[in-house]
Amino acid sequence: MKLRGDGLACVRGGRQVFEDIGFAVSSGEVLQLRGPNGAGKSSLLRLVAGLVRRTAGSLDLEAGEEDVPIAEQTHYVGHLDALKPALTVGENLRFWADMLGRSGDAASVDEALEAVGIGPLADFPAAVLSAGQRRRLSLARLLAAARPVWLLDEPTTALDTDGQARLFRLVETHLAGGGLALIATHVDLPLPVATLAMGGATR
Amino acid sequence: MSAVVSLFRRETRLALRVGGGAMMGAVFFLIVVAIMPFAVGPDLNLLQRIGPAILWVGALLATLIGLDRLFQADHEDGSLDLLTMMEMPLAVVVAVKAVAHWVTTGLPLVVVAPLLGLMLNVDPDALLAVSLTLLVGTPALTFVGTIGAALTVALRRGGLLVPVLVLPLAVPILIFGVGATNAAITGPVPMSTPLTVLAGFTLLSLVLAPVAAAASLRLALE
Repeated sequence: MKLRGDGLACVRGGRQVFEDIGFAVSSGEVLQLRGPNGAGKSSLLRLVAGLVRRTAGSLDLEAGEEDVPIAEQTHYVGHLDALKPALTVGENLRFWADMLGRSGDAASVDEALEAVGIGPLADFPAAVLSAGQRRRLSLARLLAAARPVWLLDEPTTALDTDGQARLFRLVETHLAGGGLALIATHVDLPLPVATLAMGGATR
Repeated sequence: MSAVVSLFRRETRLALRVGGGAMMGAVFFLIVVAIMPFAVGPDLNLLQRIGPAILWVGALLATLIGLDRLFQADHEDGSLDLLTMMEMPLAVVVAVKAVAHWVTTGLPLVVVAPLLGLMLNVDPDALLAVSLTLLVGTPALTFVGTIGAALTVALRRGGLLVPVLVLPLAVPILIFGVGATNAAITGPVPMSTPLTVLAGFTLLSLVLAPVAAAASLRLALE
């Protein structure tokens, strides 16, 4: 499987956020997006997720599932955590597992919560979670529904060292299973990564 | 299929739990109907004549005013992004959300309408007719309202804009809803004639409104 972008450009609110961005990520690889604030890292991830229209360029997922849009083979974890405070932690995750899950060997909801270290909180309302715990619950989505492409936007925000270690382990397992990931972060990842430097020339 | 059930269950849970606002429509309905006799005065014949119309106007406003948060809440917490990245088409998501919204806010209106009708001195026979027309007509109001809710999804204070935007689409539903009730009470047209047209509006909105709402949601996400 290979995700390839060529000559991508994005305009948001009348501003050219970036232009002529190209990258290629194969199964088992991570592409880390780096660049100053406003360089367009989030916009690029949203563009790949199909949430922002690209104004130029092409985007292909080679050897992915046939006739399935890239967005449906992709997990997107952004700054907003898509959690409902009125639902319990377990209900929140089960909902997204049902909605996002295609066939495949996804972890159960309990296993996913356990893997991000908030297993004991399953029956509490999401309203009582701390920022770090909310972030962990967002990341649990990655396991509860199996999708080959992960787009993570600043995934380490609010995570403690244990949370970060768990996140890196999740990414490692994902890569070993033939997945690929695009991660926008300012943190040095303890993984072999390719880096895409954004910003500067395109601003 | 399980995704549809899951979405429906989530929407009803959210509506019924604390702060979900499921009963707000019914409460608003009660307020409108309760103050009307004070405004009109103690003229029982007049109340009896305009009772069905008051019930319908109350139900229409109660339905439309509750709709502004339908997509806004999901937009603000990022859920809407994920809902567009699913196998389930966005139009189906809209339809399921609208059905769940109707069950939690529209259905209570239908149930309490006969009780409130008593306060307006509406005939016992006509009470059932009003409930029947509301049962057939309020789903159309909810579905038409989803278009307005989708258009105002990015506007923080768009609440009152929804009724204004969809009012032209809601007026025919109101006319035939009240028309069917009046036909049941006074004739001379048989009730089934306007009721069938009303049912036609409902079916039409069930099919077209989710497509229109999904299209405007996609525009709003850009």
